[in-house]
Parts: sequence; structure tokens; C-alpha cells
Amino acid sequence: MVSGVFHTSYESDMALRRTPAQKIRIVLFVLFILVFPFFANKYTLTLANQIAIATIGAIGLNILTGYTGQISLGQGGFMAVGAYTAGLLTVRWGVPWWGSIIIASLVTAVVGAIFGIPSLRLKGLYLAIATLAAQEIILWTVTHWKALTGGVEALVVPDPKFFGLRMNADFNFYWLAWALAGITALVTLNLFRTHYGRAFIAIRDQDIAAEVMGVDLFRYKLLAFGISSFFVGVSGALLAHYRSIVTWERFTLDVSVLYLAMIIIGGMGSVSGSLFGASFMTLLPALLTNMGRSLRKVFPAINSIMPFLQEATFGLVIILFLILEPEGLKKLWEDIKDYFRLWPFSY
Amino acid sequence: MDLFIQLTLTGLTNGAILALAALGFVLIYKSSDVINFAQGEFLLIGAYVMFSMLVQFSLPWTIGLVLTLLVAVGIGVVVERLVLRPLIGEPIISVIMATIGLSSLLRAIVSTIWGNQPRAFPSFIPSKPVHVLGATVGADRLWAIVIAGVMLFLFNLFFTRSKEGIAMRAVADDQQAAMSMGISVKRIFAWAWSIAAMTAAIGGALVANIVGVGPELAGFGLQVFPVVILGGLDSIPGAVVGGVIIGLLEAYVGGYIGMGLNQVIAFIVLILILMVRPYGLFGQEIIERV
Repeated sequence: MVSGVFHTSYESDMALRRTPAQKIRIVLFVLFILVFPFFANKYTLTLANQIAIATIGAIGLNILTGYTGQISLGQGGFMAVGAYTAGLLTVRWGVPWWGSIIIASLVTAVVGAIFGIPSLRLKGLYLAIATLAAQEIILWTVTHWKALTGGVEALVVPDPKFFGLRMNADFNFYWLAWALAGITALVTLNLFRTHYGRAFIAIRDQDIAAEVMGVDLFRYKLLAFGISSFFVGVSGALLAHYRSIVTWERFTLDVSVLYLAMIIIGGMGSVSGSLFGASFMTLLPALLTNMGRSLRKVFPAINSIMPFLQEATFGLVIILFLILEPEGLKKLWEDIKDYFRLWPFSY
Repeated sequence: MDLFIQLTLTGLTNGAILALAALGFVLIYKSSDVINFAQGEFLLIGAYVMFSMLVQFSLPWTIGLVLTLLVAVGIGVVVERLVLRPLIGEPIISVIMATIGLSSLLRAIVSTIWGNQPRAFPSFIPSKPVHVLGATVGADRLWAIVIAGVMLFLFNLFFTRSKEGIAMRAVADDQQAAMSMGISVKRIFAWAWSIAAMTAAIGGALVANIVGVGPELAGFGLQVFPVVILGGLDSIPGAVVGGVIIGLLEAYVGGYIGMGLNQVIAFIVLILILMVRPYGLFGQEIIERV
């Protein structure tokens, strides 16, 4: 009779996939991802691509906020750095799209680390406010440095081509985005099996204790900002190439808030939680829009209040999750698994 | 010289409005350690409720203002009871996110009721231009300075003379000790939120009188951050001084340097202050080694 998952050796505790059931689920999930695009229509494919991009960004933010405990409201700004760098590299200097994604991610990592410097003196809400300032400053730079970014005008990025394939076509992009999301997830999962990852977690749990145990806070916090921003840059660059258009409106403070909501609703400090949160926050507005469409005949006024309804739902979902299930969808998922594992003797 | 006086006046009046928004913010932080990202929305609600009272119910502005303040108190209490109280003792990020969620919920409610088109506001404070030392400024802007001053005075009185004010400071200092002295911490939190909503409503009505009422009023919620960090998160005089300094700074930068730098200068100052002196000009210095 199983009463839970317990580890009897360090190997099993450290393993990436801890139980046979987990292995089966992962295989099923990967199969689903591989089969999905062949049955999906254009709309669901677009949604799936958005989820993949959001997952990469959410994992990035989770490394910083969920695992290292540094609250960041600068996600939108960092994504803007990734998107604009990728776009400008392709447009102005003719860098191939794959090269621009790599360079843009590295640039975002550096920018992230620079804005991470205040984290050495600040934590908690002061850091949140500092990153909020970072967000505003980055976005201001983007909209006012006309010579480089074109200011408030949209930057049009040429179609990414790969052996003649248009990579920003939904079907082709799907493979690129989900492959990168998979790599991001694997890298992150493994990151937290190394001493770097454990240092991040130690900083989150008790920074002073971590320093006493020899974790160089200066180095590791900057590293956390850098690694996190790297993935955020990947998602920003992907967004630039997928949408073919980069405008500052896509990277406002609302985006930072959206991503924080993703990791809180999904589960802080968890890769699967990032996926859950990214899916939830991408599908929820789509679901609402569709519901609005089908209710239009019965209730014609719904069109005019739809945007407000979206915003209200967004706020309400955040508040309700924080009050009712602060550990997010990941915890709900664990609870469901526990229920079936322990059934019928769940006490 | 004329430009200088003009800019100074504009800066002072903007600063006074910022200070009003910041007062409520500081009050909430001081008593309950909560950073309120929905302060701008409180301003917005205040402005729209006042608008309804004046235009839709065509009440005289005195009764309208009193009713608006009552609505604000109600909203403050409800928000505290439903959203913030269940989160007492939760990590900072949860509280921050809850107030962010609250801000988007409130914004949505406001847009559902009043739409999101900016509208003209019937000026209940005279807004005729007044000439001061060769510069021209709307009379309502000067009133903003006066009202901010009065509010500061009242707040000081409240915190030093009234039982609730002293209790609030006690709670801010040490919740457990305050509780053992028979102070109801929950009631104090409710007080703090309703007073904050009230000051925001007054600020909102003032801004609406000056620039009209529209959803972009909520933008004040973000501009409050540089103000409170500069003044010190837990200092009431700091909120006013910070508001005035930031207001003047933005006016001078906008007037003398331009290039839109005035939109971001406050945040640059914010980062610098956080690096050098996180507790601000008048904030309580808590030595926290990170």
C-alpha cells in the first residue's frame, strides 16, 4: 500500500523523473505535443504557439522569482529587450533569424544582470519597486531612442526562412517553439540539480544563512537575473519572429503582471507549474472570447463589455488563487494525484 | 524667469496631487505593511463617483463630496475585508499580486459602469486662470496645493491627537504588542484602507477637476512609487515632500531639457535612491543587510 512518494536513496531523490508514473505521463505528454499539430486547426495552433512562448518566459521568470525569491516586475521590459534586439539584428544588420535569437537572448541576459545590481541591496518589495522602475526605464528607452528602435512605430521583421520554409507559419513555428520550450524546461530542471540551482534556492529560503554557508550572494543573484533574463530574451525574440512585428505596446507593465500571474497561478518554483500557468493564462482569455461569441445572440450587449470582462476575470482569478490556493495549479494537480494514489484510504 | 515661475507653479501643483495620492499609500503601508498597487484605481473611482454625483444626480458639490467620501470608505472596508485580510501573514509577493489583481478588477468595474471614454468634469472648484508673479495657473491647481497642505495638517493631527491615529501608529510599530494592549488590529487595518480610499477620492476629484475624468487617471498609481520611495515609505511628511520634489523635478526637466525625459526622470531618481538610501528622506531606517 503506497502512502506517498518517499525516497530511500539520494539517487532517487535527485533523479529528474522520480516515479514510473511520472515517466509514463511525460511520454504521453510528449506524444501529445508531437501529434497535436496534425489535428489542430490554425486557431488552436496559434494558441499552442503562444503557450510555448509564454512557457519559456514563465520558466525564465520562475527561475528568478519562484526559485531565487527575487520579485521582478521587469519581465515586460526584458522581453522588449529580447524582441527588439532580435528584430533589429535581423532588420538592420541582416543577421539570420536563429543567430538573432541567440544574440538577443545573450543581450537580454546582460541587461537583466545590470538591472539585477540593485538586488544586492534590496529585497522584497523594494526590489519589486526597483524592477518596476527598470520596466518603465527600458520601455521609455525603447519608445524614445528613435534612431535605433524607430520609437513608437512598429518594427517590421522579415519572415524567418529555414531551407525555404517560412518558420513563422503556425505549423512550422510550432516545432521551433515547443522544441525550445522543451530545452528550456530540461535545462531548468537540470539547473536545479546543480550547486548553482541549490544556491538559488538557499538564497530564496534564507539569504543570510546562504551567505554563511559560502554562497556568494553578489554572484549568485546576478547569475539568477542573468539566467532568468536569458530565457525571457528567448521568448521575446521568438515573439518578434513569430509576430513579424515588434511594438512597444506588447511589453508594458501589464505583461510583467501577466507573467507574475502565470507563475503564481501555475506554481512558484516549479517548471511544470510554469507550463500550467502559461497555458491557463493563455487559454482563459481565449475561452472568454469564445464564450462571448456564442452568447452574442442571447445577450447582444456582451460585445461592448467583453474587454472589461476579460480584465475583471484576470484580476479576480489572481485574487481567488492567492486566497484559496496560494500554491497554484501545481498544488491542485498534486492533490489530484494524491487522491488517486491514496484512494480509498486517504487519511 | 517667467518660465521658471511657471514651471515651479506647475511642479508644485502636480506635486500636491501626487502627494495626495501618496498619503493614502503611505498610510496603508505604515499600518499594515501592504504595498497598494491599486492606489491609482482608488483615485479613479473617487473621480468617477464624484462625476456621477455632480452630473448624473446633479447634487450640489458639498453633498456630492460627502457621499463620494462615504462610498470611498465603503470600498476601503470591503477591499480590506475580502482581499487583504485573508492574506495577512502571506509572503510579500502574494500581497503585491493581490493588490495588482485588485487594481485590474477595480479598473474593469469602473469601465463597465462609466465606459472608458474621457469626459469633461463639471468644475466644482473654480478653474479660472490666475496670474501669480507673471505666470498663469488655473485656480483649481492652486487649490490643490492648499488641500494637500490641509490634508497633511489633518493627518498629523489625526496621528498625534486621536485615539485611532495613535492606535494605528502602535499597530505599525508592533502588531503583537498593540494587540496585547487591546487594540483591534483588524479594525485598524479597515480604518487605514478606508482613510486611504478617502484621500484618494479627494485627490481623484481634484485631478478630475483639473484635467477631466478618464481611465488614464489610474496612471497616478504608478507615479506614486517614486514619491513614496523618495519621501520614505512610512513617512507622512515624506509623502508630501516627496510629492513636491518629484513634481518640481518633472516640471523642470520637462521645461528645460524636454525630449520626454520628464516621463522617466522620476523612475531614474527612484533607482538611484533605492541604491543609496532605500528608506528615503524621512523613512524609518531599518538596517537590513542583504
